[in-house]
Amino acid sequence: MLFMRWSRLTKSYWHMIDFEPILVSLKLAAITTLLLLIIAIPLAFYVSQTKSKFKPVWETFVSMPLVLPPTVIGFYLLVAFSPNNAFGNFLKDTFDLQLVFSFEGLVIASIVYSLPFMVHPIQSGFQNVPKSLVEMSYVLGKSKFKTIQKVLLPNIKPSLLTGIVLTFAHTIGEFGVVLMIGGNIPGSTRVASIAIYDEVESLNYDAANTYSLILFGITFAILLSVYLINGRTYKNRIV
Amino acid sequence: MIHLNFDITLNGGSQNFQLALNTFIKKGSFTTIYGPSGSGKTTLLRCIAGLETPQNGFIKIEDIAWFQVSKINFTPQKRGVGYVFQDYALFPNMTVRENLEYALKSNQNSKILDELIEIMELKPLTNTKPETLSGGQKQRVALARALVQKPKILLLDEPLSALDAEIKSKLQDYILKLHEKYELTTLLVTHDISEILRMSDHIIELKDGKVLKEGAPKEVFGHTEINSNFQFTGTVLDISSEDFIHFITVKIGQNNVKVVADKEEISNLKPGDTVLLSSKAFNPIIQKMN
Repeated sequence: MLFMRWSRLTKSYWHMIDFEPILVSLKLAAITTLLLLIIAIPLAFYVSQTKSKFKPVWETFVSMPLVLPPTVIGFYLLVAFSPNNAFGNFLKDTFDLQLVFSFEGLVIASIVYSLPFMVHPIQSGFQNVPKSLVEMSYVLGKSKFKTIQKVLLPNIKPSLLTGIVLTFAHTIGEFGVVLMIGGNIPGSTRVASIAIYDEVESLNYDAANTYSLILFGITFAILLSVYLINGRTYKNRIV
Repeated sequence: MIHLNFDITLNGGSQNFQLALNTFIKKGSFTTIYGPSGSGKTTLLRCIAGLETPQNGFIKIEDIAWFQVSKINFTPQKRGVGYVFQDYALFPNMTVRENLEYALKSNQNSKILDELIEIMELKPLTNTKPETLSGGQKQRVALARALVQKPKILLLDEPLSALDAEIKSKLQDYILKLHEKYELTTLLVTHDISEILRMSDHIIELKDGKVLKEGAPKEVFGHTEINSNFQFTGTVLDISSEDFIHFITVKIGQNNVKVVADKEEISNLKPGDTVLLSSKAFNPIIQKMN
């Protein structure tokens, strides 16, 4: 009964909402996840293996986005990318790249913001692989790259999956950083979470509700699949 | 000839541990490194393999310096020793055959794999993942993998300590066979005296990171004065007395042997001691059994 009323309610304006913000969100999350995977594997390997005194410093930098308000990260990226600044100016002159209020800028901001969500699971995965496997691979003459590729990554699949999914879901849920650095440009930087805020501001509660429901559904499905898959993997493993 | 002349200090928790030695190991020899836990046996092997870096000295193999303090330090990849870890370190994501294949050098012919699978009798196991193997099987795979690249030096870190006596004896045969076939210089870490006497021609006895004794097994264990042709080592299981006769039950390999002893002999023995049984006066009787 409730469900029927609910579906009637949503159906009436289903055609009215613009799906572009959802697509921008998904695209941003996919690109961020892919790039972050490439960045996080060597970074997590270094942090998990190093005996350097600076290890805690590295770990702190990686974890900072967990506790810093997103607005702080957004603010500093805004300052750094601004064409009025040396770095922003350099990017504009050399690569014709404007990172403020652009999709590319959002990708970089998301990478910074979601860094711990990718690095932490992979790092703890690496640390749980017995040290002797890595050493044996070296003794057998294999490079670090080959050791990561053939020995470490195949043995930490659940951690990889956790990192990928958390990063994806976290990027979809991003708000503060995007607001600071991306603005609200339709088709480019107007992601779903911003669209919700925008609709609420214009008192379009129905549209805001639709966006919210879709995000709720997507994130629920993503997280549920992780717990299902990882639960099964762990059960089948004899450790 | 391997020339080891180095010292290394490891920071382990509350106290530091130092290993310092200057010793030669002959090419083609079977050397045992013997000593109590924490005496530096594993550290010694790890230094040779390049997994630990000494603070002073050098490691020379056939006049080539693998390590010379602050000048040369070959990576483990470049040293190419064969190494069997105590926990075997088989890659759990690969089958037995894939574990061996992984060890191949980039341009190496894979014929050696079939040869090793044959010698180590691994054929029925080639498509099995390590987690379902028994201890003895894992040990054979680890040993085969260590020899894929045809190393000159084989390092064995207590590879047999977790196995029961029967399998142990069979694996000792495998190791000796491979040692001769591939003309290896083998270093074996163990604290099993019967293993030492059976396998090795040279012993380095370590205690608290220093060489206590060094030489042929019999010199090290002080049995040179016994000129006998019939001797075994075993473990004392039980000491019992009836009137004035005393019996010692000794476990030799798979068999328990009861020996008559006098009061003086039992006075300094207790169950668990390792003893040498020898006979001088009689010639043993030999009967064919198969």
